[in-house]
Amino acid sequence: MNGEILFEETVRGGGMWSFVLRRHLTLRITDVEGGANVGLMAYNADATLDRLNLPDTLKAQYTAKLTRGHVLMSDMGHALLSITADTVGWHDPLGGHGNAEMAKKKSGEANYQEKRNDWYRNAHDNFLIELGKFGLGKRDLVANVSFFSRVDVDAEGKMKFHPENSKAGDSVDLRAEMNVLVILNTCQHPLDPNPKYAPKPVQLAIRKTPPPDADDFCRSFREENKRSFILTERLFIGA
Amino acid sequence: MSAFILTESKLDPAKAVYDLTLPSGDGWLHEIKRGQIFRIVDLDGNQAVDTLFYNAHNFSDRYSAQDTVREQGGIYLTTGTKLISSEGNVLATIVTDTCGRHDTFGGACAAESNQVRYAIEKRWMHSCRDTFLLALARAGNGMTKCDITHNINFFMNVPVTEQGGLSFEDGVSTGGRYVELRAEMDIICLISNCPQLNNPCNAYNPTPVRLLIWD
Repeated sequence: MNGEILFEETVRGGGMWSFVLRRHLTLRITDVEGGANVGLMAYNADATLDRLNLPDTLKAQYTAKLTRGHVLMSDMGHALLSITADTVGWHDPLGGHGNAEMAKKKSGEANYQEKRNDWYRNAHDNFLIELGKFGLGKRDLVANVSFFSRVDVDAEGKMKFHPENSKAGDSVDLRAEMNVLVILNTCQHPLDPNPKYAPKPVQLAIRKTPPPDADDFCRSFREENKRSFILTERLFIGA
Repeated sequence: MSAFILTESKLDPAKAVYDLTLPSGDGWLHEIKRGQIFRIVDLDGNQAVDTLFYNAHNFSDRYSAQDTVREQGGIYLTTGTKLISSEGNVLATIVTDTCGRHDTFGGACAAESNQVRYAIEKRWMHSCRDTFLLALARAGNGMTKCDITHNINFFMNVPVTEQGGLSFEDGVSTGGRYVELRAEMDIICLISNCPQLNNPCNAYNPTPVRLLIWD
């Protein structure tokens, strides 16, 4: 992806970020050290009741993993974010995110009073903090994507965390198909077997990218995606 | 072949404190008290029953598909599955299951998702999420669209492959199969008895289900 970087920021491990990504801007997330995990939720920034719906996303594209070509869809049939580039190949939509109790059970506790900004954070609380900045809360939590993580499902339905899915320098590009409120955090995947608190940093970069044409890879990836783009374009009628 | 865990119940329908037959396309919102047993019967087979659960005293604490499958380490729901809430609490446990497999990643059909999945012109067809919205509007209890989260599809078969594929298979349920849950706290149950006519989740023939509760 070419183009001038309009914004660049590193989110430290266990950190969080929220941003309204304007239509046709592309957010690149890069795994700086390898083994990162990015929990992400997304909302139509202009009408936040219109929000990421992973069951709709997965069933429309007949997939239980996410990679290039896939589109994150809302519960209103809209395209929120298209995965326009991906060096990883598998991002997890199944495992969800951890909370304070789970994190404590696994890695123990490190509170702010003692550890200052090296305290242990957890994904659930991080999501609630960033959602709260936009007037959203517990009732607005949706199933999240875990970028850079992979969970395999065997024939019996058993789930297994796949280690070393993402290497240092791996990246994924997300193009906004409308104005999208992106909420993310860099806490460890809840199935990450590492008993230590060791969340990894990611780098964020935003560029302006051309609007998708009729042959756009994500738009034409499936007939379902085309129809989702048609519904999304209707949001901008008369604009 | 995947494991299907079949168990049967000794409860007598004649002794149920609640007994309702819910036609397809209808919604149902009902409180189930802690300790009560709730049975859903697939009367005619291959019916999808789209179901959500909430803590009756705090509905921001509600069923979470991702937490439920992750905590049991497997994506299919059957006997022994604890239904986990977004706050990490156990809402209910599946105690009996004569079907053996239930889905929780296929979601509920909606007018808009039908447009995406089948055709832009399908918006007019009846859908589960329209049913959910009407049930919440009628209940007038403050619940809104943001409370319609990712549901369970009882009796529906949506296998995930080892390559990360997702498919919608013919149902694994036949007439008379049922699932029973024990409420682990006071819960609100919201059901849409699925009207979908565009895919095989109902064998293209939506049918009634029977709902029973025992003290």
